[in-house]
Amino acid sequence: MKSLAELEEIRRKTLEQISMRTNKNSMRIVVGMATCGIAAGARPVMNALLEQLKKRNVNDVSVTMTGCIGVCKFEPIIEVINPDGSKVTYVRMTPEKAERIVAEHIVNGRVCIDYTIGAAEDKK
Amino acid sequence: MQIYRAHVLVCGGTGCTSSNSEKLIKEFDTHLKKNKLQDEVKVVKTGCFGLCAEGPIVVVYPEGSMYMMVRVEDVKEIVEEHLLKGRIVKRLLAGDKNQEDITKSLDNVEFFKRQMRIALRNCGVINPEDINEYIAYDGYKALAKVLTEMTPEQVIDTVKRSGIRGRGGAGFPTGLKWEFASKSKDDQKYVCCNADEGDPGAFMDRSVLEGDPHSVIEAMAIAGYAIGSNQGYVYVRAEYPIAVKRLTIAIEQAKEYGLLGNNIFGTDFSFELEIRLGAGAFVCGEETALMTSIEGKRGEPRPRPPFPAVKGLWQKPTILNNVETYANIPVIFLKGAEWFAGIGTEKSKGTKVFAVGGKINNTGLVEIPMGTTLREIVYDIGGGIPNGKKFKAAQTGGPSGGCIPASLIDTHIDYDSLVQIGSMMGSGGLIIMDEDTCMVDIAKFFLEFTVEESCGKCPPCRIGTKRMYEILERITEGKGQEGDIEKLEILAKNIKASALCGLGQTAPNPVLSTLRYFRDEYEAHVKQRKCPAGVCKSMTQFVINAERCKSCGICARACPANCISGDKKEPYVINREKCLKCGACMEKCPFKAIFKNV
Repeated sequence: MKSLAELEEIRRKTLEQISMRTNKNSMRIVVGMATCGIAAGARPVMNALLEQLKKRNVNDVSVTMTGCIGVCKFEPIIEVINPDGSKVTYVRMTPEKAERIVAEHIVNGRVCIDYTIGAAEDKK
Repeated sequence: MQIYRAHVLVCGGTGCTSSNSEKLIKEFDTHLKKNKLQDEVKVVKTGCFGLCAEGPIVVVYPEGSMYMMVRVEDVKEIVEEHLLKGRIVKRLLAGDKNQEDITKSLDNVEFFKRQMRIALRNCGVINPEDINEYIAYDGYKALAKVLTEMTPEQVIDTVKRSGIRGRGGAGFPTGLKWEFASKSKDDQKYVCCNADEGDPGAFMDRSVLEGDPHSVIEAMAIAGYAIGSNQGYVYVRAEYPIAVKRLTIAIEQAKEYGLLGNNIFGTDFSFELEIRLGAGAFVCGEETALMTSIEGKRGEPRPRPPFPAVKGLWQKPTILNNVETYANIPVIFLKGAEWFAGIGTEKSKGTKVFAVGGKINNTGLVEIPMGTTLREIVYDIGGGIPNGKKFKAAQTGGPSGGCIPASLIDTHIDYDSLVQIGSMMGSGGLIIMDEDTCMVDIAKFFLEFTVEESCGKCPPCRIGTKRMYEILERITEGKGQEGDIEKLEILAKNIKASALCGLGQTAPNPVLSTLRYFRDEYEAHVKQRKCPAGVCKSMTQFVINAERCKSCGICARACPANCISGDKKEPYVINREKCLKCGACMEKCPFKAIFKNV
């Protein structure tokens, strides 16, 4: 170890890997992973989310799973939950949609309105 | 670099390891592979979480769900339910099992809420065998700051201003100790760490070494810079194999990163660190005996002065600090001396780690700000006394300390108030006793320990404690004589005044303090031949209440000495001459018909 910069570099890199143990008030993405969700393809969606977050160096967002959200016909469903508890529910997810949500919603803060549950309900 | 979506932290402290946490880790690996989750979920072995009574403990992030008493059979369910489907396994959660709140995480557990973790900041949070994780939590930043921005004088001044006092027992101001050593002029100086934790029931230092070994390494390097030393020794007992292993790994990693060795952070400062294993003699926790032992000689104390800061290891100026003291040092530099001095009471700053054991619900490690009352530790953090029994006393300071009776439960725990009531802070063992504890028996227990551990160099300790022990033995056997209590007092005073080292000088404390607060119990033993708590066997008798006895015969079958006899429709009787007083019958009787007669 020859310099502070070197130490800082290790610190930053490792923190990325273990940030989920420290971030208590960050944004969360919850993926519905009950039988219905898994059957509808929730796992590739989750993998796409993780992949994108990693690619874009987003470390303060955690991806977790939850059970059946209750509207199985719209699975795979994901919810983006803000630190204050407010949330946006996206339905009929695909890996491609997941990529867009990371790029627009997570990174730039623009909700992808056309994928939300509200939009799906309107189309009925 | 792989980013995992979940981390499973499994406690790898000594407590949880002995309750099978190693097997849990293997089981997690197997089931994660089976469910193809091995690239998404990472299993990490950490240090002690502190709630040893509920171990093995597993924490799953990002939720922070804390699972307790996890058995190998439970792992499959955690993987398939929680990690695969996101359904938290509520039945294994901490606290109220019926609670609907599925976000129950370790931040909400009462045991942790009231604690303030400085020395234990990384225990149960990081993987102690990975230096990167320590660095991620600001590890070695304090060392970098000290080496590149501060002079040794400024370092010592910061430690002095923080007000930190030695956490090993006596509570000597750490900054002063460093200053004395820095002022001693010599070509070679040494920095030592006392990890020879010997008090019965104490395991704070072991947990720090197991859970966060790098914090000790970093602090010792800082101390080396402050006093002008390039060599450190950690004296740790060989009976702490996990601590030794993790510390060895940590030293290797620090060397690899150039955080130990030559020209650390590109400066002129060099520092090497070595481990010395002790054979587990209590006296080697005494500073002069410890250094004699590091030198390879028989661990015996020598008179002071000269103090180690002047002539210590190999006759060179040496500082010796306790593990917990060192674990606080990096934080003092990161957050500032004023921040640290703002915690605690006027003369005792910061926090103290206690190993809480005995008759208490939450056995384990707790770190509390100085000045917290004993009541808060026992009832709020410790969860109270099991089986609805009454709190009788707490013993602090191990064989050198004393007891705090129930009447003083609102005492604020700090160095000075404990000394005032005849006890001492000690290294942090805190043994809770309930109404079924005999105080004479407790005093005898601690004295037996000192008698066995006395090194034998000075007569007051070698002979005096033995004589005291014999008197206590007599009293607990119901053969106490008039004048025994007074004899104990005279012996105690003489030993205190004349023993060579701290071990001998403090050995009578458990007797003196129990005499101070529970003299009536001693008198009951001697004068009435009675043990009020029903512990001393020679003065206790088991009797079967004839009216309550249903003649079921369960007691007779449970008796290992075959001394209970009876017949159908006839109440059973215990043959008093053959009775071993083991209590097995009383425990087994379904009708609560068996009593202890005191």
